[in-house]
Amino acid sequence: MKDLKKLIRYNKLWNYLFMIIGLLATMLGLILLCALMVDLAVDGAPRLSYKFLTSFPSRFPEEAGILSAWVGSFLLLLVTALAAIPLGIAAGIYLEEYGKKNWLTDIIEINIVNLAGVPSIVYGLLALGLFVYFLKFGESILTGGLTLALLILPMVIMATREAIRAIPNLIREASYALGATKWQTVQWHIIPYSTGGILTGIIIGLSRAIGETAPIITVGALTFIAFLPTSPISMDFPFVSFKWLMDPFTIMPIQMFNWVSRPQKEFQLNAAAAGIILMVMTLLMNGLAIYIRYRFRKKIKW
Amino acid sequence: MIKKIVLGMFTLMVLAMTYSTPVVAADNLIRIDGSSTVYPITEAVAEEFQKAKRGEVKVTVGISGTGGGFKKFCRGETDISDASRPILKKEMDICKEAGIKYVELPVAFDAITVVINPKNNWIKSMSAEELKKMWEPAAQGKVMKWSDVNPRWPNHKLSMFGPGADSGTFDYFTGAINGKEKASRGDFTASEDDNVLVQGVAHDKYAIGYFGLAYYVENKDKLKAVPIVNKGATKSVLPSLKTVMDGTYQPLARPIFIYVAEKALAKPEVKEFVTFYLRHAQKLVKAVGYVPLSKAHYDQAMKNFNSKKLGTGFGGKNEVGVRVEELLKRESHL
Repeated sequence: MKDLKKLIRYNKLWNYLFMIIGLLATMLGLILLCALMVDLAVDGAPRLSYKFLTSFPSRFPEEAGILSAWVGSFLLLLVTALAAIPLGIAAGIYLEEYGKKNWLTDIIEINIVNLAGVPSIVYGLLALGLFVYFLKFGESILTGGLTLALLILPMVIMATREAIRAIPNLIREASYALGATKWQTVQWHIIPYSTGGILTGIIIGLSRAIGETAPIITVGALTFIAFLPTSPISMDFPFVSFKWLMDPFTIMPIQMFNWVSRPQKEFQLNAAAAGIILMVMTLLMNGLAIYIRYRFRKKIKW
Repeated sequence: MIKKIVLGMFTLMVLAMTYSTPVVAADNLIRIDGSSTVYPITEAVAEEFQKAKRGEVKVTVGISGTGGGFKKFCRGETDISDASRPILKKEMDICKEAGIKYVELPVAFDAITVVINPKNNWIKSMSAEELKKMWEPAAQGKVMKWSDVNPRWPNHKLSMFGPGADSGTFDYFTGAINGKEKASRGDFTASEDDNVLVQGVAHDKYAIGYFGLAYYVENKDKLKAVPIVNKGATKSVLPSLKTVMDGTYQPLARPIFIYVAEKALAKPEVKEFVTFYLRHAQKLVKAVGYVPLSKAHYDQAMKNFNSKKLGTGFGGKNEVGVRVEELLKRESHL
């Protein structure tokens, strides 16, 4: 009896101890993030203004802005999303629904998991050879966007597969029982039910892509660029132009990096302000992911 | 709510792109890439030039590094290459093979400052030999105290700060002091971010470090610059605008360059840009914290440019302590 009580007390102590350790681990991350954000906000907030968002880089810190940088980041993400989403989803659906379980799909699976862990600079080198030299896309928005698309493709594929796997087999069987083909099942059931999970994965992938610097520097993003890409909408026929895809560009992290490496203290403040904007962009995207997941979870019942 | 913000940003961007870009032909683009050391100067010139041309000419400047810049330059991808050191033999050969010819133009000085903590009261000046004793590869693990360099200095741990091995400043310092580029002791605090070095030296009485003059000028209140006695000289020289410009601050000052492709000179806007560069360099170089060349140097550089003096005056080697006026008059090689 006495031993049993001792044992219970001992186990309770361990339980309690682990809770403390877990709490500390959680707090550490949170506190570091908060400290970073406060530090950025204190340094950068005074520089935030409409003018900062709508000015080009300049040698005068107080006149410099991030217009070319955020437009570049935005367009890059657009290309990335347009390239990675269809490819990633199609690959994910194939692997989950169509692909037979054999050594080939096994190899593909292992490769995808490995690709997700490859350092981003390696993608930069690959893209430099493939897009810049071989396909001759040059140092353009198209190259940058496709590079990031390669980078997040494994993440999109894995998110798609996981979302599809969560759908109970009953649904598929019911669909087949009613005479639906595989594609009809995928089109009317699998894709709609997994949209939430897929979108979440995509957005998290994109919010990683927005902060990537190394592969983009490798494929040749510029630092000083005081003009915007060609507008996608033109006044003359055919009103839509894709010339912007081939234009040179810069992105937010590169602009920040350049400011941080300047001796003048005012440029450091600019870097902090750009950091706030980048952080807000990332948080917005992650928020969007959480919101979408919530919406779709609520709709689906089985 | 979030959808609206995203949509709003997108609309704003499209509108900005539609209205802010004047319609320009694609060939009105000047592509520049290369050293991040030269970047602030080229950025300033590009900014002023675009203002002066009212956006008719577009200029882009990248920071691939001197070596990375030359790679692109020799493939014909850029019109102008920023370089914090002269073009090397290897790069000359690649350019030659591709048929790329170029004009070499010095645009400013880059001076390295050796800095100590303001509380340091035992250093009045240092000789190049003393610096070598401190930084050479053989010093690793041996020269650990100030007294190991000079017995009159305190018997206290020496903490050293310097730029990382990817930096052009590191290359030049090791070449000028240790006699061989990249030959340095490895046991010092290295950072690619010069602000880290500034903080390191500013908070340690027994610290010593080196980096570009611009960082010292911005942090004069926290640091002390060390006057340097060149090899064979008797007097020490403090780095300053004057001593760098007149060539007495040696061996830690060097000219930095732009290389203009001959092919690009056929484009009137490139020719105009380079002329603008040399004409306004003196003012703009000073504004971004570098040391300008003298007016006579810029005039001579302009003459070389107008007469299309092709090739480099260095012949593929990186020299220490070269004088700009002599360099500009040298016979050049492709």
